[in-house]
Amino acid sequence: MTNPSTRPTSTNNAVSDDVVIRTENVSVYYGAFQAVRNVYLDIPKNKVVAFIGPSGCGKSTLLRCYNRLNDLIPSARVDGKITYQGIDLYDPKVDPVEVRRRIGMVFQRPNPFPKSIYENIAFGARVNGYKGDMDELVERSLRGAALWEEVKDKLKQSGLSLSGGQQQRLCIARTIAIEPEVILMDEPCSALDPISTLRVEDLMHDLKQRFTIIIVTHNMQQASRVADLTGFFNAEAGEGGSRFGYLVEYDRTEHIFNAPKEQATQDYVSGRFG
Amino acid sequence: MSSSNQTDQINSNVYDIAPGEFDQGMTQGRKMFGNVMTGLVLSCVAIAVLPLASILFMLLSNGLVRLFQDFPSVFTELPPPPLVDGGGFRNAITGTLLTCLLGALISVPFGVLTAIYTVEFGQGNKLSQFVRFCTNVLSGVPSIIAGLFAYGIVVLAMGTFSAIAGGVALSVLMMPIIIRTTEEGLKSIPREVRQGLVGIGATNFQGVSSVILPASLPFVATGVTLALARAAGETAPLLFTALFNQYDSRGLREPIATLSVLIYNYAIAPYKNQNELAWAAALIVVLLILAISILARSLTSKKIY
Amino acid sequence: MTPSTISHQETLIESSQKFNAPRLIDRIFFWLTVALAVSVGLILLWITWSLLSIAFPAIAEFNIGFLFSQVWNPVEDAYGALPQIYGTIVSSIVALLFAIPLGVGVAVFLSENFLPRKILTPIAFVIELLAAIPSVVYGMWGIFVFIPFILPGLQAIYGTFGWLPFFSTQPSTRQLFATALVLAIMILPTIIAISRDSLVSTPPELRQGAYGLGATRWETLTRVLVPSALSGIIGSIMLALGRALGETMAAAMLIGNSNRVSASLFAPASTISALIANQFGEASGLQRSALFYEALILMIMTLLVNMLAEVIVNRFQQVE
Repeated sequence: MTNPSTRPTSTNNAVSDDVVIRTENVSVYYGAFQAVRNVYLDIPKNKVVAFIGPSGCGKSTLLRCYNRLNDLIPSARVDGKITYQGIDLYDPKVDPVEVRRRIGMVFQRPNPFPKSIYENIAFGARVNGYKGDMDELVERSLRGAALWEEVKDKLKQSGLSLSGGQQQRLCIARTIAIEPEVILMDEPCSALDPISTLRVEDLMHDLKQRFTIIIVTHNMQQASRVADLTGFFNAEAGEGGSRFGYLVEYDRTEHIFNAPKEQATQDYVSGRFG
Repeated sequence: MSSSNQTDQINSNVYDIAPGEFDQGMTQGRKMFGNVMTGLVLSCVAIAVLPLASILFMLLSNGLVRLFQDFPSVFTELPPPPLVDGGGFRNAITGTLLTCLLGALISVPFGVLTAIYTVEFGQGNKLSQFVRFCTNVLSGVPSIIAGLFAYGIVVLAMGTFSAIAGGVALSVLMMPIIIRTTEEGLKSIPREVRQGLVGIGATNFQGVSSVILPASLPFVATGVTLALARAAGETAPLLFTALFNQYDSRGLREPIATLSVLIYNYAIAPYKNQNELAWAAALIVVLLILAISILARSLTSKKIY
Repeated sequence: MTPSTISHQETLIESSQKFNAPRLIDRIFFWLTVALAVSVGLILLWITWSLLSIAFPAIAEFNIGFLFSQVWNPVEDAYGALPQIYGTIVSSIVALLFAIPLGVGVAVFLSENFLPRKILTPIAFVIELLAAIPSVVYGMWGIFVFIPFILPGLQAIYGTFGWLPFFSTQPSTRQLFATALVLAIMILPTIIAISRDSLVSTPPELRQGAYGLGATRWETLTRVLVPSALSGIIGSIMLALGRALGETMAAAMLIGNSNRVSASLFAPASTISALIANQFGEASGLQRSALFYEALILMIMTLLVNMLAEVIVNRFQQVE
């Protein structure tokens, strides 16, 4: 399929469960520049969905639409419709802060707050109005992020004193502490060493029991290891030579890697591309 | 040196001589030019340092003598009338501290919140550009004009010279310093941390008040101390606002003595005792400013990012 | 969409519309910062307005002729600003004539490695200290140390060059020239700091390129580095000029407060700020109004100079 504006046919049979996020004909612009064109894509509940593709294909841009992080860029504009549990995320009645409380995010580079490990988790919970037992929540979240054993004796130390891999798991703990329904992960392992990467990947398997996860990754092996569903994005030069990203194919991960329907996907997953 | 000469030189250097041997190829004229310029620059430095050395020497030789002679009465007594020996400037010390404090009380909240707007909310929009431009221009407003401004809006309104008016005048001069250093501090917080705050669903206020501002606190503290150092030495803005007071001030709505105005009054007075007191007061002010500036440096070194 | 996709909990819109204290606080905080940012921006206008409103009677009385009149007579309530405008501009220009070569020289010294860093850092610190000395202390130093020190030298200049109009009077103990020299010392740190920054931030390729062509250190400096840092240096000079124009205490203590225009730099003179400092205490009525008129002129002068400096320095930062 070469026309990127056509809706990928495989979407329907891939997604039979409850849909948490529905992406309908979404395009993203930065000023006059179109970064992502006409994406249709549904995210089912309690699954790990991976977005893969070469750089500049708009996968991170799309991810950032799901928690309205693009709002921070004044020139960014989203066309089309993204619904979360049936409600338009970009409805003017919707407060973006509420969106981010339900759709958490883990970033490319670990970004703990310059506070103690304990406070890194307690802060997010407090901000979201958590009134329960904070000690218990901190421990539960750190256990959930497989970090508890390493830090339980130094909760008062700064979050910045941890290693990169530990910092990223702290950020995951911080995110799961606010109990979002969806967790967005923007290349969460790109700044980590292989061992830390493996630990974060293991974590994702546990987390999907409770959360829906969307992960953007450059690493195809990672996608094949962690994802139930995979969307392959590609970039193409539009009129005027500016490149835009679009969704080529979206299907169960094993189909994408073993029997892709599109030639471009085949080329990419077999390494003949980019 | 002629230009053809120079061209030859370059050619010979590039093609015939190894880089380490450049000096050998240099003509007498070019060498001389360099030596003369180096000499000139060194004398510039000497001339620039000389006044400072002289001022410090005078402060120490005149001021320190008086401080030791009359210790501790310079700190505990009131300024003497003309032709009376002894005396001190306790009222001026407390007055300087008080007016500076008032200036900080006004300028710190104003400056910090303004910086928060320009960096966190404005992000280079028209208003924040306008505010930044005004801040820069404001920092060049002559200090005596800040004094006249405070005279116009406070002294005339209250009907009296007062510590409050002095504080308002100083706050105008302190504000640009605080805005700039706070902006620097806020900008030093990495983008990733801001995204993290947004990602956990913190409102701007929650993020700024609990993470971003605390992390940039060393910068804010540096700005406040630098502003205090500037305010402590200012005289012109206080002449018609805080005025002066021979006695201890009994409230913020009264004229109040300050070290800098005391120095001015006593330096131009024809009495030796008052001149000496002026030197002693000048030493105190300079030491105060130095101490505050050193504090500012050590605060900057505590920064997180 | 199918009904099953709708959560049975509160929907996003419901929770967005519900009252929520953090959201309210956030709104209040945002508008508070806007209000304060706007008011800081408006302070300049407010200052100008407050000067203007008190100066108004004098503006109405003397009009533009104020700028060209040499009279300052409180008894007859006749005032003019020419001697102060002249003194302010001439003292600042003379100060710049001395401060520019000195300041740029020191900036070059500090930006180059003539001496090891170990020695350079304390020198830079000492020069920063010049900025920390309050102007009233410079004034006192001028009275007790500097003027007595240079007076014999000025006498000699008068003896030799007395036929020149600039040096045509016997050097007075309070005079414009000595004041300008003290001003030059006071504005040095401004020129040094910004010129040095702009010299240091010239791209290293420029220096490497010049050295690569066989240029000496000084040829590189004078033909490549200083020209490329020129807008920063000029900006620093404009900022220093702004400081010199508005400097009050040293001028009030040293210049002699003579309300006459004299061609000789060795004669007593006056500046706008010195006049205000000296007369404001006893002034009332039209005299006070006239002093505010003078302040307004000073404000406009410094605003123009500073805005120009701002534009020049900004351009230098963009190039960088």
